[in-house]
Amino acid sequence: MTDPRALYQEVILDHNKKPRNYGTLAHASHQAAGHNPLCGDHIDVALHLSGECIACIAFQGASCAICKASASMMTVAVKGKTRAEAETLIHEFTDMSTGKLDLSGDHHIGRLVVFAGIADLPVRVKCAILPWHTLHAALNAVESTSTEAELDPMHVTIGDA
Amino acid sequence: MTTLQMVRKEPAAPGLDVERIRADFPILRLQVNGKPLVYLDNAASSQMPQQVIDRLVRYQTTQHANINRAVHALSEISTNEYEQARRKLQHFIHAREEREVIFTSGTTDAINLVMHGYGRKFIGPGDEIILTTMEHHSNIVPWQMLAEEKGATIRVVPINDAGELVIDDYEKLFNERTKFVSVMHVSNALGTINPVKQMIAFAHARGVPVLVDGAQAVPHMQVDVQDLDCDFYAFSGHKLCGPTGIGILYGKAALLERMQPFKGGGDMILSVTFEKTTYNTIPHKFEAGTPPIAAAIGLGAAVDYLSAIGMDAIADHELGLLNYATAQLSRVPGVRIIGTAKNKAAVLSFTVDGVHPHDIGTLLNQEGVAVRTGHHCAQPVMQRYKLPATSRASFAFYNTLAEVDALIAGIRSVQKVFS
Ligand SMILES: Cc1ncc(COP(=O)(O)O)c(C=O)c1O
Repeated sequence: MTDPRALYQEVILDHNKKPRNYGTLAHASHQAAGHNPLCGDHIDVALHLSGECIACIAFQGASCAICKASASMMTVAVKGKTRAEAETLIHEFTDMSTGKLDLSGDHHIGRLVVFAGIADLPVRVKCAILPWHTLHAALNAVESTSTEAELDPMHVTIGDA
Repeated sequence: MTTLQMVRKEPAAPGLDVERIRADFPILRLQVNGKPLVYLDNAASSQMPQQVIDRLVRYQTTQHANINRAVHALSEISTNEYEQARRKLQHFIHAREEREVIFTSGTTDAINLVMHGYGRKFIGPGDEIILTTMEHHSNIVPWQMLAEEKGATIRVVPINDAGELVIDDYEKLFNERTKFVSVMHVSNALGTINPVKQMIAFAHARGVPVLVDGAQAVPHMQVDVQDLDCDFYAFSGHKLCGPTGIGILYGKAALLERMQPFKGGGDMILSVTFEKTTYNTIPHKFEAGTPPIAAAIGLGAAVDYLSAIGMDAIADHELGLLNYATAQLSRVPGVRIIGTAKNKAAVLSFTVDGVHPHDIGTLLNQEGVAVRTGHHCAQPVMQRYKLPATSRASFAFYNTLAEVDALIAGIRSVQKVFS
């Protein structure tokens, strides 16, 4: 297993401390709430689609550093992208987090590669992918509605002992 | 005039030969991430000494057969050993009679047994059940299910900022509709030791029975169910140096006899026809099907092991660890201890400014230090303190002051990463 301290590197700590696009959007066309009841992380993602393009995006919530940095870097990565491009990135990020992405092959991960080490920390994978699942839910939600608890992409029943 | 001052020397730990005790626990020799394991997640589950492991091996190697069913030699041996384990548990908690000790699969199962066996029979519409803010989900959810089914109401005893029950408010919750109290002895999230004896006496004066969730008490102190005078007492084997899948429900015989069975099946009956089934006597009425025989016998060996060390010596040693850890942790800037009751068991929940518990847990693990992070199955406690989660170090008698130091050093290094 790689040293998890490698994961807590400058970029991630910086985005944790100074999250980009943090807050709410006045006129969001799409939004969703993501929640991981196992650790209490929750995150709201709001965005405005102009045609097929993500014109602006914001997030807020209370979560661990991994989750917050992932959300922050996600907003930077998908802003200005089309819905289809965002979905591709969601897919690739999820695959990378679970060790299924061939990083030497074709992909659009770019700076998000700092999260590659999460694949070695199975108990933390959910922290990293929660924002991405929430973005996916927002993109596929009816306009201006949050996902219900049952539809919550990260909803799991009350945790272990 | 001289004034006498009680001075608590920091390493208070008297009596226990911890190094010798640690030698009994093979798992404590493990290295994690190249560092010696510092196991501080005992409230979730404790480790097993070689004596218990050996007992399981001996049972499985030379004594196993199903109990209560056949006349052959092995069945007789396993039945005797299983019932012998019941007597060991009886003496361990000072129950009056062995038939008052029911083997369950754990605390959760024991509480559910009482909910079904007692609650569904004796609690009805409009009745009230008293719980507390600090309960583990396993002592909340079953009662909510019952309340929903029966149209009963749950009343909740609040806690103060230190994490102590507000006893005045507890007493004010009683009225003629109060039918049951279920309260934890020791909090897994805060460490608070509740004044259950006093609470039981108050409830009994109003004719209300009390269940005590003793999951976090039995491993750490002498428990005498007759002295407490509780009606039910539940705990788990795996927090008591025993195996998983086994636990105990103590119940007063008179109550157990009036209750309906929880599960139906073999062993819990005297006779079955398709017209009518006659239930077995207690405790068998509540032990349907083949029980975890090996686990029960293993738990018997675990309480033998703990009794040989002595629960008072264990409690003393753990108090020394708690006092030392509390003092050391209080010295770390930015750390806040959650749960500062005057009467506490060796559980330390804490937060670190600017660092989420999950990140603390991951980084401590890198140092070989195992703590629990999250809501500890006590979300109402987290809501009370407006926290999403805490980190929790929970100690056992085999922990050392040096391990407390490793924890503190680990927390400081986490702070360095996030500084
Ligand atoms: C106070 C308390 N009650 C109940 C339980 C549930 O025990 P089990 O999961 O063994 O049934 C626990 C375990 O975490 C606990 O700490």
